[in-house]
Amino acid sequence: MAKIIQVGMADMKYSNAPDKLTTAGLGSCIGICIIDKSKKIGSLAHIMLPSSLQAKNAQNRAKFADSAIELVLEELSKQGTTNHASLVAKIAGGAQMFKFSGESDILKIGERNSIAVQENLEKHRIKLLAKDIGGNYGRTITFDLQTGDLLVRTIGYGEHLI
Amino acid sequence: MFNDFKELSSLQIDALKEIGNIGAGNAATALAQMVNTKIDLNIPRVSILPFDDVFEYLGGADLPMVGIFLGVTGSAPCNILFLMPVEKAWILVDMLMGRNPDEKQDMEFGEMDISAMMEVGNIIAATYLNALSMFTQLQFYPSVPGIGIDMVGALMDAVLAQFGQIGDHVLLLETQFLKDENGIMGNFFLLPEPGSLDSILSALGVNF
Repeated sequence: MAKIIQVGMADMKYSNAPDKLTTAGLGSCIGICIIDKSKKIGSLAHIMLPSSLQAKNAQNRAKFADSAIELVLEELSKQGTTNHASLVAKIAGGAQMFKFSGESDILKIGERNSIAVQENLEKHRIKLLAKDIGGNYGRTITFDLQTGDLLVRTIGYGEHLI
Repeated sequence: MFNDFKELSSLQIDALKEIGNIGAGNAATALAQMVNTKIDLNIPRVSILPFDDVFEYLGGADLPMVGIFLGVTGSAPCNILFLMPVEKAWILVDMLMGRNPDEKQDMEFGEMDISAMMEVGNIIAATYLNALSMFTQLQFYPSVPGIGIDMVGALMDAVLAQFGQIGDHVLLLETQFLKDENGIMGNFFLLPEPGSLDSILSALGVNF
């Protein structure tokens, strides 16, 4: 039986096909989905911030783009995935949820998260297959480990597979 | 200083509730004058939650809500978030604009509706902070308001990201605004930054 596994905020889970991994209410946060298609094993990390290096408290590694990707790689290698070339990624989130009148830098973390996630994927040579990032709307995502499809649901912007 | 919120005493929690009461009492009076109807309040709740439990606290991440956000700087930086379920926000803007809700054509908020809601955010935040300032003798300077209309999880997630640098918990001081026939109209949240809690509690005489 396929399970649907909930991933919380600043949390990371992995599983095998045919399970699905899901996380709700991505605003400025980003859902990083990484899968080894040959082994049908994959992970979903819900990160909040771009870098663990600037944080006063970086104990929870799933909270930051850089340390979450390292954590995923460690967990997947324990499961037998040692070759990063067999890993592919899809990402969603990184929105600017609040609209301010005039120019404002308040709460502009989404864009920095998007850049950091892409840089860190590149650093570990994980191929980014698809992304649905930015904009000003929230996303709820479900990652199907059987097909590698990522379902993105929104309010007012429909739902689609990437 | 305080890194996370886990270790508050019950006296400190009561003091925060009192602030919520006084602040939101002023804000509710201001809102009642704007819409010319009675607005009631529930007893404030103080909750210290891991980020992950906040969605459940709000009733689910996918509920569509209007969120009005203000950053507050000064001697005790805070965040203010006023959340309204979308259908309640319609009731509020119809009242503000003097429209008959039965004749409504639009399914989406217009530009005027949006700026009316931002103004509501401005006024309730300013009156809340005024009361808080009188009470604590601290200075608070609210930013311009920002508005988001979307799934509540995504709105809250953008606000919580700011707390992630320091800890894994957030303190929510919540007061619900009620209107007779419509029930809960909105939830007003004050989210003090961890360091600010020291300043606020000291000003209230319940420091560590």
